[in-house]
Amino acid sequence: MTVLPTRHDEAWRYSDIDALARAWPLPAPESIIVPAGGTFARTIIQDSGTIHQLDIAIGKGATAAIHVLNTGGDYGRVELNVTLHEGADFKLGAVQIGGGTQTLEVITTVTHAEPGATSSQIVRSVLAGTATGTYLGKVAVARDAQQTDSVQSVKAMLLDRSATANAKPELEIYADDVKCAHGCAIGELDAMGLFYLQARGITPAEAKKLMLQAFVAGVFEGAADEAMLIEAALAKLGDLV
Amino acid sequence: MLQINNLHANVGDKPILKGLTLSLNAGEIHAIMGPNGAGKSTLGYVLSGRPGYEVTEGSVTFNGQDLLALEPHERAAAGLFLGFQYPVEIPGVSNVQFLREALNAQRKYRGEAPLTGGEFLKVAREQAGALGMDMEMLKRPVNVGFSGGEKKRNEMVQMGIIDPALAILDETDSGLDIDALRTVGDGINRIMRKPDKAVLLITHYQRLLDYVKPDFVHVLDGGRITRTGGADLALELERDGYKELAA
Repeated sequence: MTVLPTRHDEAWRYSDIDALARAWPLPAPESIIVPAGGTFARTIIQDSGTIHQLDIAIGKGATAAIHVLNTGGDYGRVELNVTLHEGADFKLGAVQIGGGTQTLEVITTVTHAEPGATSSQIVRSVLAGTATGTYLGKVAVARDAQQTDSVQSVKAMLLDRSATANAKPELEIYADDVKCAHGCAIGELDAMGLFYLQARGITPAEAKKLMLQAFVAGVFEGAADEAMLIEAALAKLGDLV
Repeated sequence: MLQINNLHANVGDKPILKGLTLSLNAGEIHAIMGPNGAGKSTLGYVLSGRPGYEVTEGSVTFNGQDLLALEPHERAAAGLFLGFQYPVEIPGVSNVQFLREALNAQRKYRGEAPLTGGEFLKVAREQAGALGMDMEMLKRPVNVGFSGGEKKRNEMVQMGIIDPALAILDETDSGLDIDALRTVGDGINRIMRKPDKAVLLITHYQRLLDYVKPDFVHVLDGGRITRTGGADLALELERDGYKELAA
């Protein structure tokens, strides 16, 4: 892309275009090719307001797992363009935690190009202040990609009524024997749960943190640096509550 | 220990408590009975500081402190425990983590050293054992997938671990079968029947009072205490009903 996108471009619809302009032009996306039968894992910690663009091609029977902690800067974006070949597997676990006027987004296009591939995307956003958190996730299933199994689970927790969550799981399916599950929920912390924790002596901030920890727990399961990711997420949550 | 004086409270715009006066001394167990909608649960929530329950008049003193000036977690640290009528499910947070954080938050507030993991587990194991609860259940998320009876039993395990000075137990007997009722009753006596503690039992029925004998029974009706008596009053209510009493 050579021209600065506008909000009319679907993939940039909720983006911070001013922040994007400062980073423009973007370097070419990082290209990753996972050979047939191979495994690939990457942890992306976005804590300084940067844009990560990855093109990932996953070969026959290969697997790729990406874990994302998107927390920093005015504008942080992680964009993944994934192509799955026969029997390949892709897993994404992403947590976005933002406050103030931050704009954080995870944008994915997952193409099941051949039969029997599986993909799973779990995205959890925690947003305070007037922050905006976005997930746009397209799953495209090619005509021949029978026995595709794909899951998208997207949840956002708003700590303030002034925060914004956008969630758009999107399916484009040309095969007729596929499983494509998608779930999406945006909510607030349960007031009765918070009161219950406080009635047992836990401070309001710790009570929120405990419930948010539960909300994001599990997303980093299987990551090589799971403990570090959870600790970094908790530190950011601690700043927000 | 607890002095409630002319307490008025609203839920939303609706007045529920209308001049409630009640005094509990250390070593006493009081039962509050009354018809549906009398304000029994509201009293428990107001005393523990639930948001949305607004005190419009009156005062509450707990061990010499202005209870109403404290936040819910500060009331807990000061020694007040509310046993919930409907214990809340908290997915993703284990009982053990929740209780250890709760206990240590209270200890920190009181300027006491936190319990180590080992010390805490010892206390938790004792209390769970005394109430016939499997330690495996304590490792599960708070109340998630627990039956009604298990939730109430869990409230009592929590009470045993936290070891409060004053327990307000809101219909802890509802949803319990006969055996569980006896276990819970024994638990209340074991944990709370002490010279330096007090209990406010909110209940609809006399049957829990067979196990936990109250020193005083109060009738709460229309947002105020309309009658006070000894344990016999509960039997009288069971026999004649609230209507008869009001007549």
